[in-house]
Amino acid sequence: MKLFATYLVGVVFGLGISLSGMANPAKVLNFFDIAGTWDPSLIFVMGGALITTFVGYKLVFGRSAPVFEPDFNVPSSRRIDTRLIGGSALFGLGWGIAGFCPGGALPALGTGRPEVFVFVAALIAGIALAKFLQSVVAPRLRAAS
Amino acid sequence: MIETAFTPLASLAGGVLIGLSATLLMLLLGRVMGATGVVSGLMSPASRPDFAWRAALLAGMVTGPGLLWLLSGDMPAIEVPVSTGALIVGGLIVGIGVTFGSGCTSGHGVCGMARLSPRSIAATLTFMAVTLITVFVIRHVIGT
Repeated sequence: MKLFATYLVGVVFGLGISLSGMANPAKVLNFFDIAGTWDPSLIFVMGGALITTFVGYKLVFGRSAPVFEPDFNVPSSRRIDTRLIGGSALFGLGWGIAGFCPGGALPALGTGRPEVFVFVAALIAGIALAKFLQSVVAPRLRAAS
Repeated sequence: MIETAFTPLASLAGGVLIGLSATLLMLLLGRVMGATGVVSGLMSPASRPDFAWRAALLAGMVTGPGLLWLLSGDMPAIEVPVSTGALIVGGLIVGIGVTFGSGCTSGHGVCGMARLSPRSIAATLTFMAVTLITVFVIRHVIGT
């Protein structure tokens, strides 16, 4: 029941991404190309998603707990550090080069288009590399210094 | 470069559905809807249930385009105006960036911003600005 409900939540997300244009790199890159072939559509995606989530979260956080779990599991850190900003800047660089972001690309896998699989394979490799740097290299550097 | 049509209604409806799914995931599992977290969690899950809900969510996401096709008769348009090399290099950089930055457009840009998290607001402003600059430099400075 819990997993089926979670599957349906994924379906709603995938349908939303498909309808919104976030799965289309040409549309995403045109949103950022204000000096060229500008397409402002994605401001409506962000606006619609943000307002809905803002109101939805207000309602949900009125409950003492989620339906299937004992507690809400929400990131609590408030620290704005180099890792957060540097990582986000790298993400922006990659997004501007490829035109896909993770949330756009995962549902797009369902179209079977080979370009999406190329991007997602590279994304997974990038995450694996970063996890390796975080878990193996960083502690050794700390130990050596 | 490919011109794309301005689609405010479809994009707004899609955005509302994205927000609805984020709300439902918080209501059901108490979790943030982040694509980075889904992939990252599947690669190194903390436990079997931890793997299972992310796999179910991903399976649902991948069903989205097919459902749109059933409802409208069209698969979502995917037009790729960049080379395969750019997809690979961009994908690698995105993977490294979202891991160190702990999130992407869905996790920080939608869920974190909706919670008014200062971290997510800082992250979102950063990646939106850098994407804007990157696209400007690639298209108008290096120029193709």
